[in-house]
Amino acid sequence: MAASIQTDDVNQVTAHTAPQAPFARRASPLGDLVFAGMAGGAALLTLLMLAGIIVSLIVGAWPAIQNSGLSFLTTAEWDPVKEKFGGLAMIYGTLATSIIALLIAVPVSFGIAMFLTELSPAWLKRPLGTAIELLAAVPSIVYGMWGLLVFSPILATYVQVPLQKLLKGVPVLGSLVSGAPVGIGLLAAGIILAIMIIPFIAAVMRDVFEVTPPMLKESAYGLGATTWEVVWGVVLPYTKAGVIGGIMLGLGRALGETMAVTFVIGNFNQLTSLSLFEPGNSITSALANEFGEASPGLHQASLIYLGLILFFITFIVLAFSKLLLMRLARNEGSRT
Amino acid sequence: MSAVASPAQAVDPRLPLHRRRKIVNTIALTLSLAAMAFGLLWLIWILVETIVLGIGGISLATFVESTPAPNADGGGLANAIFGSALMVGLATLLGTPLGILAGIYLAEYGQRGWLAPTTRFINDILLSAPSIVIGLFVYTLVVARTQTFSGWAGVLALALIVIPVVVRTSENMLRLIPNALREAAFALGTPKWRVITMVTLRAARAGVVTGVLLALARISGETAPLLFTALSNQFFSADLKSPMANLPMTIFKFAMSPFANWQHLAWAGVFLITIGVLALNILARVLFRSKD
Repeated sequence: MAASIQTDDVNQVTAHTAPQAPFARRASPLGDLVFAGMAGGAALLTLLMLAGIIVSLIVGAWPAIQNSGLSFLTTAEWDPVKEKFGGLAMIYGTLATSIIALLIAVPVSFGIAMFLTELSPAWLKRPLGTAIELLAAVPSIVYGMWGLLVFSPILATYVQVPLQKLLKGVPVLGSLVSGAPVGIGLLAAGIILAIMIIPFIAAVMRDVFEVTPPMLKESAYGLGATTWEVVWGVVLPYTKAGVIGGIMLGLGRALGETMAVTFVIGNFNQLTSLSLFEPGNSITSALANEFGEASPGLHQASLIYLGLILFFITFIVLAFSKLLLMRLARNEGSRT
Repeated sequence: MSAVASPAQAVDPRLPLHRRRKIVNTIALTLSLAAMAFGLLWLIWILVETIVLGIGGISLATFVESTPAPNADGGGLANAIFGSALMVGLATLLGTPLGILAGIYLAEYGQRGWLAPTTRFINDILLSAPSIVIGLFVYTLVVARTQTFSGWAGVLALALIVIPVVVRTSENMLRLIPNALREAAFALGTPKWRVITMVTLRAARAGVVTGVLLALARISGETAPLLFTALSNQFFSADLKSPMANLPMTIFKFAMSPFANWQHLAWAGVFLITIGVLALNILARVLFRSKD
């Protein structure tokens, strides 16, 4: 396609320049200026979008910021009727579910990345990699509905009830698993989140494992190292920054995930029980459930304040992730 | 027995260490295999469950009748499918040109200056930013002003999600084009904008289309940005100035309800979305690979 256009241009140029002055068909700079301006404007728009998000959230949350300031972060009372708002329960829910998700997802993703780069036969690499990437493409509402109607009953019957029997009377552990055996709560939300972020973390880990120079790995193998020793002692130290970047990316996703969490977390503001099986609430699920019906005023402003906090946390986590991944890319460039 | 083993140990003290290393290695490799199986298990489980529960709910009525009342007979998802298709289509039309232009800027104009690196950084963050925050943004920008949830607000929210996806893939694809191609076109005296539109962009076409398809797949299943923008609508409506039905919101409402007929329709909707999104993803992959 491109080739035919080039020959076209050649014909035009020769046809026009032959009888006349050499620069008769010099292109006007206008087209270039307009196009460059459009492209630059579109790029600028992305920056404006970020600025717009931050400004609109601060403006929307202003009544709540004025009203409670930073104590919003440390009080857990959320009572729309009495107009008392504190975000601690939701912030706790968001952090707790994300940490549970990371605890499960990081080792599993590491195993998957190790399998895809060191163990898998060559012909299986592509289909298996694609399958894991497809897991990332499944919409979150599918995870949510599956989690609510299929997974949480199973979690209740086969995990929660046996654990409750086992840990009955044990002081701390017993209270961690208390609650009605419905399977809905922080643990269910954390597990669903883990399933959702495994593909993101695994994909980044696989990609950074693959940038390890083969020479390094071959030297280690040559010295008689086992596969595990090569991955743990050579590949992982070399790609440390990228691996942490991938984990941060997964964390950013987990913190901001809405639908999957809303389905299975139980949507109940409480901090009285630390049980992993007790219904809780996260920032995103509180927004999803309450914002549509919240009356304009302090209630709505407090919810936007929650959104602002969420955006702030995820922005820092994602920026950190991006910086780490950029550092790895730069190192790689300088060493080859 | 021990008399035989102990001299062997005395001869080579590294043997137990060697055995231990081999055992550790075997355990690690087994766990790695288990992790892979664990990852695939969920994909297969979710797919099988969605197909088994969803396909039973699909009939002609799903596509021609609107959402029913609780516990009513019949009914389908026609209004939701139409609303979703309309909003997703418009959002893609709105977001794609902007995304491609910004991608062009990053790949072709971004060699110097502060704008390109900053945009690249911010864009990658927006790519993973919580979509519910985009919904909040559009709410304060549009819905709070116009005092009504509307299809247009939904379109805008989805378009804002399309842009970062298209920017990222367009830039990556344009960077894959060898510089020799650009230099050849410049050597003929072609102005830069024609080099980009007629040479580089055309050469990267398959990749750019892949990005658009991935963006399309991403927004087809997005629910959170529609919660406070398009809301939902029980009836068939093509009026973008009023609340508009869409598949994800309908699924959300129906799945959380206690009514059997609503839950059946929710599974049917989940089946349609999952199949559609996975098909788009696979199509995007096939398209890009055939060009490789």
